[in-house]
Amino acid sequence: MFNAKICVRFKNGVLDPQGAAIKGALNHLGFEAEDVRVGKLIEVKLKAGNLEEAKAKVRMMCEKLLANPVLEDFSFEVVEESI
Amino acid sequence: MRCAVIVFPGSNCDVDCFHVWKDVLGQPTEYVFHKERFSAEDFDLIILPGGFSYGDYLRAGAIARFSPAMDSVYKAAEKGKLILGICNGFQILLEAGLLPGAMMKNRDLKFHCHDVYLKVGTADSPFTNMYLPGEVVKMPIAHGEGNYYADADTIERLKREDRIVFYYSDEKGNITDEANPNGSAENIAGILNEERNVLGMMPHPERCAEEILGNTDGKRLFMSILEYLEGRVKIGKSRRS
Repeated sequence: MFNAKICVRFKNGVLDPQGAAIKGALNHLGFEAEDVRVGKLIEVKLKAGNLEEAKAKVRMMCEKLLANPVLEDFSFEVVEESI
Repeated sequence: MRCAVIVFPGSNCDVDCFHVWKDVLGQPTEYVFHKERFSAEDFDLIILPGGFSYGDYLRAGAIARFSPAMDSVYKAAEKGKLILGICNGFQILLEAGLLPGAMMKNRDLKFHCHDVYLKVGTADSPFTNMYLPGEVVKMPIAHGEGNYYADADTIERLKREDRIVFYYSDEKGNITDEANPNGSAENIAGILNEERNVLGMMPHPERCAEEILGNTDGKRLFMSILEYLEGRVKIGKSRRS
Protein backbone atom coordinates (compact mmCIF):
# COMPACT_ATOMS: atom_id res chain seq x y z
CA MET A 1 0.00 0.00 0.00
CA PHE A 2 1.21 3.49 -0.81
CA ASN A 3 0.31 6.86 0.66
CA ALA A 4 0.28 9.89 -1.60
CA LYS A 5 0.14 13.50 -0.47
CA ILE A 6 -0.95 15.68 -3.34
CA CYS A 7 -0.83 19.46 -3.27
CA VAL A 8 -2.94 21.35 -5.80
CA ARG A 9 -2.49 25.11 -6.02
CA PHE A 10 -3.26 27.98 -8.34
CA LYS A 11 -0.67 28.68 -10.99
CA ASN A 12 1.47 31.77 -10.55
CA GLY A 13 -0.30 34.72 -12.05
CA VAL A 14 -3.80 33.44 -11.30
CA LEU A 15 -5.44 35.72 -8.76
CA ASP A 16 -6.48 33.80 -5.66
CA PRO A 17 -9.48 35.52 -4.03
CA GLN A 18 -9.34 33.29 -0.94
CA GLY A 19 -5.63 33.98 -0.51
CA ALA A 20 -6.30 37.71 -0.75
CA ALA A 21 -9.01 37.51 1.93
CA ILE A 22 -6.78 35.49 4.27
CA LYS A 23 -3.88 37.87 3.69
CA GLY A 24 -6.15 40.72 4.76
CA ALA A 25 -7.10 38.87 7.93
CA LEU A 26 -3.48 37.99 8.74
CA ASN A 27 -2.42 41.59 8.27
CA HIS A 28 -5.31 42.73 10.42
CA LEU A 29 -3.80 40.54 13.14
CA GLY A 30 -0.45 42.24 12.64
CA PHE A 31 1.44 39.47 10.84
CA GLU A 32 2.55 41.56 7.83
CA ALA A 33 1.89 38.77 5.32
CA GLU A 34 3.31 39.60 1.90
CA ASP A 35 1.35 37.07 -0.10
CA VAL A 36 -1.03 34.21 0.70
CA ARG A 37 -1.95 31.39 -1.67
CA VAL A 38 -4.55 28.79 -0.78
CA GLY A 39 -4.19 25.27 -2.13
CA LYS A 40 -5.61 21.85 -1.46
CA LEU A 41 -3.96 18.92 0.25
CA ILE A 42 -5.35 15.61 -0.95
CA GLU A 43 -4.25 12.37 0.66
CA VAL A 44 -4.75 9.17 -1.27
CA LYS A 45 -4.07 5.64 -0.15
CA LEU A 46 -3.58 3.38 -3.14
CA LYS A 47 -2.45 -0.04 -4.26
CA ALA A 48 0.39 -0.42 -6.74
CA GLY A 49 3.05 -2.99 -7.58
CA ASN A 50 5.93 -0.67 -6.77
CA LEU A 51 6.78 2.95 -6.04
CA GLU A 52 7.23 3.92 -9.68
CA GLU A 53 3.83 2.53 -10.59
CA ALA A 54 2.26 4.32 -7.63
CA LYS A 55 3.81 7.62 -8.73
CA ALA A 56 2.59 7.11 -12.28
CA LYS A 57 -0.92 6.45 -11.03
CA VAL A 58 -0.91 9.54 -8.83
CA ARG A 59 0.29 11.68 -11.72
CA MET A 60 -2.58 10.40 -13.84
CA MET A 61 -5.06 11.11 -11.04
CA CYS A 62 -3.84 14.69 -10.91
CA GLU A 63 -3.95 15.18 -14.66
CA LYS A 64 -7.35 13.59 -15.09
CA LEU A 65 -9.28 14.85 -12.08
CA LEU A 66 -7.54 16.40 -9.11
CA ALA A 67 -6.10 19.51 -10.79
CA ASN A 68 -7.58 21.71 -13.49
CA PRO A 69 -4.67 22.46 -15.83
CA VAL A 70 -6.21 25.80 -16.87
CA LEU A 71 -5.81 27.19 -13.35
CA GLU A 72 -3.82 24.84 -11.22
CA ASP A 73 -0.43 23.15 -10.76
CA PHE A 74 0.13 20.07 -8.69
CA SER A 75 2.95 18.38 -6.82
CA PHE A 76 2.98 15.17 -4.84
CA GLU A 77 5.02 12.79 -2.78
CA VAL A 78 4.39 9.07 -2.53
CA VAL A 79 5.70 6.79 0.19
CA GLU A 80 5.24 3.11 0.77
CA GLU A 81 3.21 2.44 3.88
CA SER A 82 5.34 0.86 6.57
CA ILE A 83 3.73 -2.22 8.08
CA MET B 1 -37.95 19.64 -31.07
CA ARG B 2 -36.82 17.14 -28.48
CA CYS B 3 -34.90 18.28 -25.45
CA ALA B 4 -33.03 16.30 -22.79
CA VAL B 5 -32.44 17.85 -19.38
CA ILE B 6 -29.58 16.04 -17.64
CA VAL B 7 -30.16 15.45 -13.94
CA PHE B 8 -27.01 15.20 -11.82
CA PRO B 9 -27.06 14.52 -8.09
CA GLY B 10 -27.36 18.08 -6.81
CA SER B 11 -28.94 19.65 -9.90
CA ASN B 12 -31.60 22.10 -8.77
CA CYS B 13 -32.65 23.98 -11.89
CA ASP B 14 -33.57 20.87 -13.85
CA VAL B 15 -37.31 21.23 -13.23
CA ASP B 16 -37.28 24.89 -14.29
CA CYS B 17 -35.48 24.07 -17.55
CA PHE B 18 -37.83 21.16 -18.20
CA HIS B 19 -40.84 23.41 -17.54
CA VAL B 20 -39.71 26.13 -19.94
CA TRP B 21 -39.03 23.83 -22.88
CA LYS B 22 -42.08 21.63 -22.23
CA ASP B 23 -44.75 24.05 -21.05
CA VAL B 24 -43.68 27.51 -22.17
CA LEU B 25 -42.47 26.42 -25.62
CA GLY B 26 -44.68 23.34 -25.88
CA GLN B 27 -41.92 20.97 -26.97
CA PRO B 28 -41.23 17.34 -26.02
CA THR B 29 -38.85 17.18 -23.09
CA GLU B 30 -37.29 14.36 -21.10
CA TYR B 31 -35.10 14.03 -18.08
CA VAL B 32 -31.94 11.98 -18.48
CA PHE B 33 -30.44 10.72 -15.23
CA HIS B 34 -26.68 11.11 -14.90
CA LYS B 35 -26.20 7.33 -14.80
CA GLU B 36 -27.94 6.88 -18.16
CA ARG B 37 -26.53 7.13 -21.64
CA PHE B 38 -28.56 8.31 -24.59
CA SER B 39 -28.31 8.39 -28.33
CA ALA B 40 -27.50 11.74 -29.95
CA GLU B 41 -30.22 11.02 -32.51
CA ASP B 42 -32.88 11.08 -29.80
CA PHE B 43 -32.51 14.78 -28.97
CA ASP B 44 -32.07 18.13 -30.69
CA LEU B 45 -31.15 20.05 -27.58
CA ILE B 46 -29.41 18.97 -24.39
CA ILE B 47 -29.56 21.17 -21.31
CA LEU B 48 -27.09 20.88 -18.44
CA PRO B 49 -28.99 22.68 -15.68
CA GLY B 50 -27.79 24.71 -12.74
CA GLY B 51 -27.26 23.41 -9.24
CA PHE B 52 -24.46 21.91 -7.23
CA SER B 53 -23.66 18.64 -8.96
CA TYR B 54 -21.78 16.32 -6.59
CA GLY B 55 -21.86 19.08 -3.99
CA ASP B 56 -19.31 21.11 -6.00
CA TYR B 57 -16.71 18.88 -4.34
CA LEU B 58 -13.14 19.30 -5.58
CA ARG B 59 -14.20 21.95 -8.13
CA ALA B 60 -17.62 22.88 -9.46
CA GLY B 61 -18.42 20.49 -12.30
CA ALA B 62 -15.21 18.46 -11.89
CA ILE B 63 -16.89 15.21 -10.92
CA ALA B 64 -20.05 15.56 -13.01
CA ARG B 65 -18.01 15.56 -16.20
CA PHE B 66 -17.22 11.86 -15.69
CA SER B 67 -20.90 10.82 -15.51
CA PRO B 68 -22.12 8.24 -18.02
CA ALA B 69 -24.60 10.84 -19.35
CA MET B 70 -21.66 13.13 -20.14
CA ASP B 71 -20.20 10.49 -22.48
CA SER B 72 -23.37 10.88 -24.50
CA VAL B 73 -23.14 14.67 -24.26
CA TYR B 74 -19.62 14.60 -25.77
CA LYS B 75 -20.88 12.50 -28.65
CA ALA B 76 -23.93 14.71 -29.18
CA ALA B 77 -21.73 17.83 -29.19
CA GLU B 78 -19.50 16.24 -31.82
CA LYS B 79 -22.54 15.55 -33.95
CA GLY B 80 -23.52 19.20 -33.80
CA LYS B 81 -26.45 18.85 -31.41
CA LEU B 82 -27.15 21.98 -29.38
CA ILE B 83 -25.79 21.86 -25.84
CA LEU B 84 -26.83 24.54 -23.36
CA GLY B 85 -25.06 24.69 -19.99
CA ILE B 86 -26.53 27.09 -17.47
CA CYS B 87 -24.62 28.06 -14.31
CA ASN B 88 -23.38 24.71 -12.91
CA GLY B 89 -23.98 23.39 -16.44
CA PHE B 90 -21.49 25.99 -17.73
CA GLN B 91 -19.00 24.92 -15.05
CA ILE B 92 -19.39 21.29 -16.15
CA LEU B 93 -18.83 22.22 -19.83
CA LEU B 94 -15.60 24.00 -18.85
CA GLU B 95 -14.37 21.08 -16.77
CA ALA B 96 -15.32 18.75 -19.60
CA GLY B 97 -13.24 20.78 -22.05
CA LEU B 98 -16.24 21.40 -24.32
CA LEU B 99 -15.63 25.10 -23.71
CA PRO B 100 -12.27 26.78 -22.99
CA GLY B 101 -11.26 28.31 -19.65
CA ALA B 102 -12.20 27.65 -16.04
CA MET B 103 -14.25 29.09 -13.19
CA MET B 104 -12.90 30.51 -9.96
CA LYS B 105 -14.66 31.67 -6.83
CA ASN B 106 -16.27 35.08 -7.16
CA ARG B 107 -13.64 37.72 -6.45
CA ASP B 108 -15.52 38.98 -3.36
CA LEU B 109 -16.00 35.36 -2.20
CA LYS B 110 -19.75 35.97 -1.91
CA PHE B 111 -22.58 33.99 -3.42
CA HIS B 112 -24.32 36.39 -5.80
CA CYS B 113 -28.05 35.93 -6.19
CA HIS B 114 -29.66 38.88 -7.96
CA ASP B 115 -30.57 40.27 -11.36
CA VAL B 116 -27.81 41.50 -13.64
CA TYR B 117 -27.80 43.39 -16.91
CA LEU B 118 -26.22 41.64 -19.84
CA LYS B 119 -25.05 43.07 -23.12
CA VAL B 120 -25.63 40.67 -25.97
CA GLY B 121 -22.20 40.08 -27.53
CA THR B 122 -23.42 38.15 -30.54
CA ALA B 123 -26.80 37.31 -31.99
CA ASP B 124 -25.13 35.05 -34.52
CA SER B 125 -25.73 31.82 -32.67
CA PRO B 126 -28.39 29.13 -32.41
CA PHE B 127 -29.08 30.46 -28.91
CA THR B 128 -29.32 34.22 -29.38
CA ASN B 129 -30.67 34.86 -32.87
CA MET B 130 -33.78 36.54 -31.45
CA TYR B 131 -31.75 39.16 -29.62
CA LEU B 132 -30.14 42.17 -31.23
CA PRO B 133 -26.36 42.44 -31.04
CA GLY B 134 -25.54 45.04 -28.39
CA GLU B 135 -29.00 44.79 -26.83
CA VAL B 136 -29.17 44.96 -23.02
CA VAL B 137 -31.23 42.31 -21.25
CA LYS B 138 -31.81 41.45 -17.62
CA MET B 139 -31.41 37.97 -16.13
CA PRO B 140 -30.83 36.58 -12.65
CA ILE B 141 -27.56 35.07 -11.53
CA ALA B 142 -27.09 32.74 -8.56
CA HIS B 143 -23.56 31.45 -8.12
CA GLY B 144 -20.47 31.47 -5.94
CA GLU B 145 -18.07 30.44 -8.69
CA GLY B 146 -18.70 32.47 -11.82
CA ASN B 147 -15.38 34.21 -12.05
CA TYR B 148 -14.42 33.15 -15.57
CA TYR B 149 -10.73 32.73 -16.26
CA ALA B 150 -8.86 31.97 -19.45
CA ASP B 151 -5.39 32.89 -20.66
CA ALA B 152 -4.93 35.96 -22.84
CA ASP B 153 -4.68 33.98 -26.08
CA THR B 154 -7.97 32.21 -25.39
CA ILE B 155 -9.76 35.47 -24.59
CA GLU B 156 -8.37 37.04 -27.76
CA ARG B 157 -9.58 34.08 -29.79
CA LEU B 158 -13.05 34.21 -28.23
CA LYS B 159 -13.29 37.86 -29.24
CA ARG B 160 -11.90 37.35 -32.71
CA GLU B 161 -14.29 34.50 -33.43
CA ASP B 162 -17.29 36.38 -32.03
CA ARG B 163 -17.90 33.73 -29.39
CA ILE B 164 -18.66 35.90 -26.36
CA VAL B 165 -22.44 35.72 -26.14
CA PHE B 166 -23.14 37.81 -23.03
CA TYR B 167 -21.16 40.41 -21.10
CA TYR B 168 -22.07 41.70 -17.64
CA SER B 169 -22.91 45.36 -18.21
CA ASP B 170 -24.78 48.24 -16.67
CA GLU B 171 -28.32 49.14 -17.67
CA LYS B 172 -27.05 51.15 -20.62
CA GLY B 173 -24.78 48.42 -21.90
CA ASN B 174 -21.48 49.81 -20.61
CA ILE B 175 -19.13 46.97 -19.83
CA THR B 176 -17.55 48.26 -16.63
CA ASP B 177 -15.83 46.78 -13.61
CA GLU B 178 -18.68 48.03 -11.39
CA ALA B 179 -21.13 46.00 -13.47
CA ASN B 180 -19.03 42.85 -13.08
CA PRO B 181 -20.55 40.82 -10.25
CA ASN B 182 -17.88 38.16 -9.90
CA GLY B 183 -14.58 39.34 -11.38
CA SER B 184 -15.07 37.44 -14.62
CA ALA B 185 -12.41 38.13 -17.28
CA GLU B 186 -13.63 40.81 -19.70
CA ASN B 187 -17.03 40.70 -17.93
CA ILE B 188 -17.74 37.42 -19.73
CA ALA B 189 -21.08 35.85 -18.76
CA GLY B 190 -21.43 33.32 -21.58
CA ILE B 191 -19.38 31.81 -24.40
CA LEU B 192 -19.76 29.53 -27.41
CA ASN B 193 -17.51 26.76 -28.65
CA GLU B 194 -15.80 27.09 -32.00
CA GLU B 195 -18.59 25.31 -33.86
CA ARG B 196 -21.20 27.50 -32.09
CA ASN B 197 -23.38 24.56 -31.02
CA VAL B 198 -22.32 24.61 -27.35
CA LEU B 199 -23.20 27.55 -25.12
CA GLY B 200 -22.22 27.98 -21.49
CA MET B 201 -23.65 30.88 -19.48
CA MET B 202 -23.82 31.80 -15.81
CA PRO B 203 -27.13 33.76 -15.86
CA HIS B 204 -30.39 31.83 -15.65
CA PRO B 205 -32.64 32.36 -18.69
CA GLU B 206 -35.04 29.69 -17.41
CA ARG B 207 -35.80 31.88 -14.40
CA CYS B 208 -37.04 34.76 -16.55
CA ALA B 209 -39.06 33.14 -19.31
CA GLU B 210 -42.64 33.87 -18.23
CA GLU B 211 -44.76 36.94 -17.55
CA ILE B 212 -45.70 35.61 -14.13
CA LEU B 213 -42.04 35.77 -13.12
CA GLY B 214 -41.91 39.46 -13.98
CA ASN B 215 -39.33 39.13 -16.72
CA THR B 216 -39.34 37.37 -20.07
CA ASP B 217 -35.85 38.31 -21.30
CA GLY B 218 -34.75 34.69 -21.00
CA LYS B 219 -37.59 33.35 -23.09
CA ARG B 220 -36.04 34.60 -26.31
CA LEU B 221 -33.02 32.41 -25.69
CA PHE B 222 -35.22 29.32 -25.81
CA MET B 223 -37.23 30.76 -28.71
CA SER B 224 -33.95 31.38 -30.57
CA ILE B 225 -33.07 27.71 -30.14
CA LEU B 226 -36.44 26.68 -31.53
CA GLU B 227 -36.14 29.09 -34.47
CA TYR B 228 -32.76 27.62 -35.28
CA LEU B 229 -33.79 23.98 -34.87
CA GLU B 230 -36.85 24.49 -37.03
CA GLY B 231 -34.66 25.95 -39.75
CA ARG B 232 -36.03 29.47 -39.77
CA VAL B 233 -32.66 31.11 -39.11
CA LYS B 234 -29.16 30.46 -40.31
CA ILE B 235 -26.08 31.35 -38.33
CA GLY B 236 -22.42 31.84 -39.15
CA LYS B 237 -22.71 35.17 -40.97
CA SER B 238 -20.05 36.86 -38.88
CA ARG B 239 -17.66 33.96 -39.34
CA ARG B 240 -17.88 34.16 -43.11
CA SER B 241 -17.28 37.89 -43.28
